[in-house]
Amino acid sequence: MEIDKVDKIIDKHGGDASSLLQIMLDVQSENNWLPKQALDRIGEKLEVPMNRIQHIATFYKAFSLVPKGRHNVHVCVGTACHVRGATRILDSVEESTGIKSGETDLDLKFSVETVNCLGCCALGPVVEVNGKVHGKMTPVKTSEALKLYE
Amino acid sequence: MSEIKFEIDGIKVKAKKGETLLDAAQDAGIFIPTLCHHEKLEPFGGCRLCIVEVEVKGWTKLVVSCVYPVEKDIIVRTRSEKIDRIRKTIIELLMAHAPDAPELKKLAKEYGASRDRYEKDPSFCIHCGLCVRYCAEVKKANAIGFVDRGINKEICFVPEIASQMCNDCKECFPLCPTSYLQAAFVLTESLIA
Repeated sequence: MEIDKVDKIIDKHGGDASSLLQIMLDVQSENNWLPKQALDRIGEKLEVPMNRIQHIATFYKAFSLVPKGRHNVHVCVGTACHVRGATRILDSVEESTGIKSGETDLDLKFSVETVNCLGCCALGPVVEVNGKVHGKMTPVKTSEALKLYE
Repeated sequence: MSEIKFEIDGIKVKAKKGETLLDAAQDAGIFIPTLCHHEKLEPFGGCRLCIVEVEVKGWTKLVVSCVYPVEKDIIVRTRSEKIDRIRKTIIELLMAHAPDAPELKKLAKEYGASRDRYEKDPSFCIHCGLCVRYCAEVKKANAIGFVDRGINKEICFVPEIASQMCNDCKECFPLCPTSYLQAAFVLTESLIA
């Protein structure tokens, strides 16, 4: 991520130390992850020590310190989805993407994550890709759906 | 400055407004065990060991004395059956992380805590925050911080700062109640070498 892009985000929030979290969130959504250079720049401009930034970046699950794939696949393994076969859905996702939960593939295509409830249990088992909910999934439907993403 | 009068363990105590219960007790010569307290640092309330019973208008409540400001006419009990039982459990929980820390062993003896009550998870850090806070508040170096959260929370040096400053300072080393900090430093050092 280019430094001037980070600067732009910082300026948008007025360069105030209290907007640290919001700036980090914006960098995360713009770039999909938080590169070291971006965090260094934020710390320098807002005069926030690195240990604090580290603390925040590791505290929230929304942040990633490693590159993330273009498509975020969230497999729900909450109770309702679990009893309707979420483990088989997860197996199917892991098979079609070639990565395990919590990982990102080498071409940065997919990042797979398990989540504990997406709040639409009636649609279970649920897979969410880039915020779009796919309900009543079967292993076949799952691998078909993932084929649509480039 | 108005003085606040109250009672700790049957002794009449006077304290300044805004002072914490722990400070007031220490001034009066009453001992309350602590692990995360340091006179130069802001109160943290991390170890919960300084828990005491406070009676306000006949109602008792449990508070952590290092972050509880003194109040008029309260009655504080620093040792009671209930307090001792709670402290014993706190020590036992901490000992699951650092079973052989000398400071914890001493407290365990005092409160009859068993080091093997809870399943061991020897992370050796009890999250007192002394190193992190000392570095930030006294040295203003911010060379060490917490990372992650919950059961995965741990201390972590910032390599760029630590490699510049820590070798000549090491003032946080004696503060660590479990000596984990020293180990973490040596581990970080070996990563650079």
